[in-house]
Amino acid sequence: MGLISNGTTVFDAGAMSLGGSMTFIKKLTASSSGTLSFVNGASSVVLDDTYKEYLFTFNNIHAATKGADLQFNFTIDGSNYNIAKTTTMVRTLHGEDGSSGSQAYYGSMDLTQGTGFQILFGDINNGNDDSGSGYMQLFNPSSTTFVKHYLSHLQISHETPRSMNFLSAGYGNTTSAVTGVQFKFDSGNIDAGDICLYGIS
Amino acid sequence: MGLISNGTTLLDAGAIDSGIAQGSMQLITTLTASSSANLSFTSGISSTYKEYVFKYISLHAATDEAELNVNFSVDGGSNYNVHKTSTFFRAEHTGGGTEATALEYRAADDLAQGTGTQKILRTFSTENDHSGSGTLTLYDPSNTTFVKHFLARGNVIQHANDTSSVAFVGGYANTTSAINAVQFTFSSGNIDAGIIKMYGVL
Repeated sequence: MGLISNGTTVFDAGAMSLGGSMTFIKKLTASSSGTLSFVNGASSVVLDDTYKEYLFTFNNIHAATKGADLQFNFTIDGSNYNIAKTTTMVRTLHGEDGSSGSQAYYGSMDLTQGTGFQILFGDINNGNDDSGSGYMQLFNPSSTTFVKHYLSHLQISHETPRSMNFLSAGYGNTTSAVTGVQFKFDSGNIDAGDICLYGIS
Repeated sequence: MGLISNGTTLLDAGAIDSGIAQGSMQLITTLTASSSANLSFTSGISSTYKEYVFKYISLHAATDEAELNVNFSVDGGSNYNVHKTSTFFRAEHTGGGTEATALEYRAADDLAQGTGTQKILRTFSTENDHSGSGTLTLYDPSNTTFVKHFLARGNVIQHANDTSSVAFVGGYANTTSAINAVQFTFSSGNIDAGIIKMYGVL
């Protein structure tokens, strides 16, 4: 038996929706992991035309190697992470001793049609209480008409020690559907931390 | 009395069954300013969520050039004095016949292990239709291993020349103690009006 109120089905056939436009899809927890990959159709991951926007959140990503850079890449075949990307990167930093308060465009961390991995944050410290957190939005990955835009904003405790903020944006320059996203450090493993994937409807 | 549909329990004993999807971003508390000296969230911050989102919506200052600040507490709100290291930059566009733009790092608005408040929006105007809005995200406040990262982004109409000013703030509370309270204040005067909502993200 269902319940219909004012023309809206509140519940039916054992299912009930309480609304909410942000839907949790998958959490990957690092444990000395070389990569963390979200691939549509694998391990309950949804990364298709179900949602027009996907949100990745990073929670206390801890590096095994001091000074490592967290990176990502897209795949259109579920196995090769090599999509051409053109990107920008702005970073701010400020030391615990008050030094180096500044912002800058970081030309060494952008890509010009590069098929390699795009940096999300760089030079993280690997002390026991050091980590990085933030988010990345990926828009309409299943579109076969448009390129695939992303925005990211992450905050880390840098090796100096200092606070560093990284704002990156760009696009995967492909009209094929992006079906997967992979995260890894440029050196060493992802020692610990969570990456969660949400769909925004 | 419970509510069962097609063999699945939807409601029982005054609670929604844990198997029912409720959305991943859940409203916990809404605080409404009314000439308030501060808006403080002293409950609801726990290990239940790994991410907390505060949305400040149409905050109106009682005093011209007041600045919106945040601070954290590890003792339930008795003391807001956690060490923080942070960065702050802003982009501005001044209208009102005085066209100008700016993009700058604001060394005066960052902290280096400071225990005072962290600025998240600059120099409010008190004109009736002026306000500031934005979002602050606090990551894993209950964690007792890592420092506590935060990110904030918001826009305000500044006091001088109807300037639109967007602020980008990031940093960490340099403590491995659990943060269990968050307080918003203006640098001078009260929070005349507006709301701040706190969400937990599952």
